[in-house]
Amino acid sequence: MRIISFLVIAAAFLLASVAFPQAPAPAAGDAAKGKDLFLKDGCYECHGYAGQGSKDGARIGPPVLNAQGLIRYVRRPAGAMPAFTEKVVTDAQLTDIYAYLKSIPAPKAVKDIPLLDQLK
Amino acid sequence: MARSQNISKTGRRGFLKGAAVGAAALVAKPPLVAQTQQAQRGVVPQPSAVQAARETTPPPHVDVYTTDRPGSDFMADVVKSLGFEYVAANPGSSFRGLHESLINYGGNKDPELLTCLHEESSVAMAHGYAKIEGKPMLIMAHGTVGLQHASMAIYNAYADRVPVYVLLGNIQDETWRRSDVEWAHSVQDAASMVRDYTKWDDAPVSLAHFAESAVRAYKIAMTPPMEPVVIVADAVLQEEPVPEADRGKLRVPKLSLSTPPAGDSAAIAEAARMLVAAENPLILAGRAARTPAGLKSLVELAEMLQAPVQDRRFRMNFPTRHALYGGGNIADADVILALEVPDLWNATNSMTPVNKFGMESRRLTKPGSKLIHIFAGDLYAKSNYQDFGRYAEVDLSIAADAEASLPELIEASKKLITADRKRAFADRGAKLAEAARKVRERDLEQASYGFDASPISTARVSAELWNQLKGEDWSLVSDVTFFSYWPLRLWDFNKYYHYIGGHGAYGIGYQAPASVGAALANRKHGRISVNIQCDGDINYAPGVLWTAAHHKIPLLTVMHNNRAYHQELMYVQDMANRAQRGIDRAKIGTAISDPNIDYATMAKAYGMYSAGPISDPKDLGPAIKAALQVVKRGEPALIDVITQPR
Repeated sequence: MRIISFLVIAAAFLLASVAFPQAPAPAAGDAAKGKDLFLKDGCYECHGYAGQGSKDGARIGPPVLNAQGLIRYVRRPAGAMPAFTEKVVTDAQLTDIYAYLKSIPAPKAVKDIPLLDQLK
Repeated sequence: MARSQNISKTGRRGFLKGAAVGAAALVAKPPLVAQTQQAQRGVVPQPSAVQAARETTPPPHVDVYTTDRPGSDFMADVVKSLGFEYVAANPGSSFRGLHESLINYGGNKDPELLTCLHEESSVAMAHGYAKIEGKPMLIMAHGTVGLQHASMAIYNAYADRVPVYVLLGNIQDETWRRSDVEWAHSVQDAASMVRDYTKWDDAPVSLAHFAESAVRAYKIAMTPPMEPVVIVADAVLQEEPVPEADRGKLRVPKLSLSTPPAGDSAAIAEAARMLVAAENPLILAGRAARTPAGLKSLVELAEMLQAPVQDRRFRMNFPTRHALYGGGNIADADVILALEVPDLWNATNSMTPVNKFGMESRRLTKPGSKLIHIFAGDLYAKSNYQDFGRYAEVDLSIAADAEASLPELIEASKKLITADRKRAFADRGAKLAEAARKVRERDLEQASYGFDASPISTARVSAELWNQLKGEDWSLVSDVTFFSYWPLRLWDFNKYYHYIGGHGAYGIGYQAPASVGAALANRKHGRISVNIQCDGDINYAPGVLWTAAHHKIPLLTVMHNNRAYHQELMYVQDMANRAQRGIDRAKIGTAISDPNIDYATMAKAYGMYSAGPISDPKDLGPAIKAALQVVKRGEPALIDVITQPR
């Protein structure tokens, strides 16, 4: 059974944002298509339907990287994430997925969520 | 009146006529008639030769239909002497004798019979029960087909170091097997199927033998490392009467439990020296706390040394809101104290993950760091099943029970702590407390992502549950690995019964019955038991829901309904990515959908209160509140919640 520390995953993702300099963004993708791909290609399995992350995948909604950074990371991921090559998902499709992730609204602050605020 | 007079006249006339006839017949009547008439006149008749022979010669066969003392009554005496509260069983002909003795002769009390719909449920219930109650439940099963059903659950208990006590029915003597069923249900060596993952077994050939072996088995099961044991209760011994010659002699031997093995004093002293001198000690807790005393001792040791504790989550080892919980870093530690960590190699090494080819491993500990392991597994191990994990190189290996060794380790450490060391510890503790505070902030922030999503996030489910449990005496009787550990990250775990760990051998199908068994143990203490139930797991033997309803076991089950065997789904995804094909086909053979299973209806079918399916997080709070009312009434309840995968 695969148990991956959330901290390791998050660290790997942040490291990637340093390792892959923020190149200019490609043409904007289609968020609706991106959501379909996010589900069809199984991204939600580790990252959650809302990209919120889990013990098996980093939080990517909203994303920390830009689209190019995300594409590069997906091709050669750190940690235990499987590599998605061009053969299984194209750059254009990843751009759509990126658009979907960007469309996910930021959460409310913890202090504004009573169920969590009481846990402080 | 006239009618009776007529009868009277007729009767008199008839008598006189009959007397005349009788007198005539008396001369040549058969001996029995003569004897009968002699007896009627007050004369004792002498037996005839035929009668005398009949009464003094033993007959060739006597049909005996009843007994006042079947052998199984004595077996019940033995079972009751061992203090079992419950016996879990799916009924079987090979132990019908003992079954009857327990419910009638034994009064169905201590132990009380729990009706189970699958032997895997019987054993897993015993597994969960033992982790709360600290002692075994009895299980009865067929020695063949019953044990086959039970075997995975026995392996789980074995890997999890939990005592379960299995009695198997079997007809050893072939001349007693009355049908093809009894032949198919008989076996030469019943326990052989599970001998690789049980600690001890026997097949007694007499009732006296049964008594000694049954008591010995209990003692062995309860000596750390605790493990399952098996005793075969031969069906003929059960059903035939206790032999007359034995009736005055049979007795139940006294049970004397062994004290758990504590570590060698010199080794413990050395461990204390290393820990007190360490700049960055770290405690890794596996199955360190067997009882509430273990939890208390570990807190005392950690606080004294201001050493962080990383809990491997096999048991409730350390309070989750404690400043020392979860802190530290294996890579920075100079001394690591591992307490009953079965996967120590995995905890201290990393390996090439599944997403890459080839295999390389790398030690996580820094050069020069020292590793101490107190581990009862070094006293007892078997080789076929590989749950023992990879060989871990340690610097000080103490073959002992960790919980039993902690008091001496604490005393030995106390003697070595100087004022200087105390100041160093305090500085370290302050840093660890600050780090723990930041981890908590990060966890709460992380929980806020997807908080209102549908399917419902596991963080949301955990927060909603806590909102209603926080003022109660609660017990989480399920594993939370597949829930991204959210309850452990958010709730305040500080009592031993707050958490019982997981499967042991990761045999899926453990969770539903183990939670029922643990909830049963909690019942007499008035605790609210909560089970976060994976959907894949419950489908192996959902009949345990009926057992919970029938026996009125209060338990709140919240479905983690992610509609897949999600771990395997991710693994097949890994394989598809490796082969660069079909990454959208990983659901084939792993998804549990189309149609979606309606767990609320399933629970209702088994006689249990239920609600759902719930996919809007706003509906969760009210559903939990209503279900808790049912549980507080002493009944089980189930809420079907459509959740995020992890």
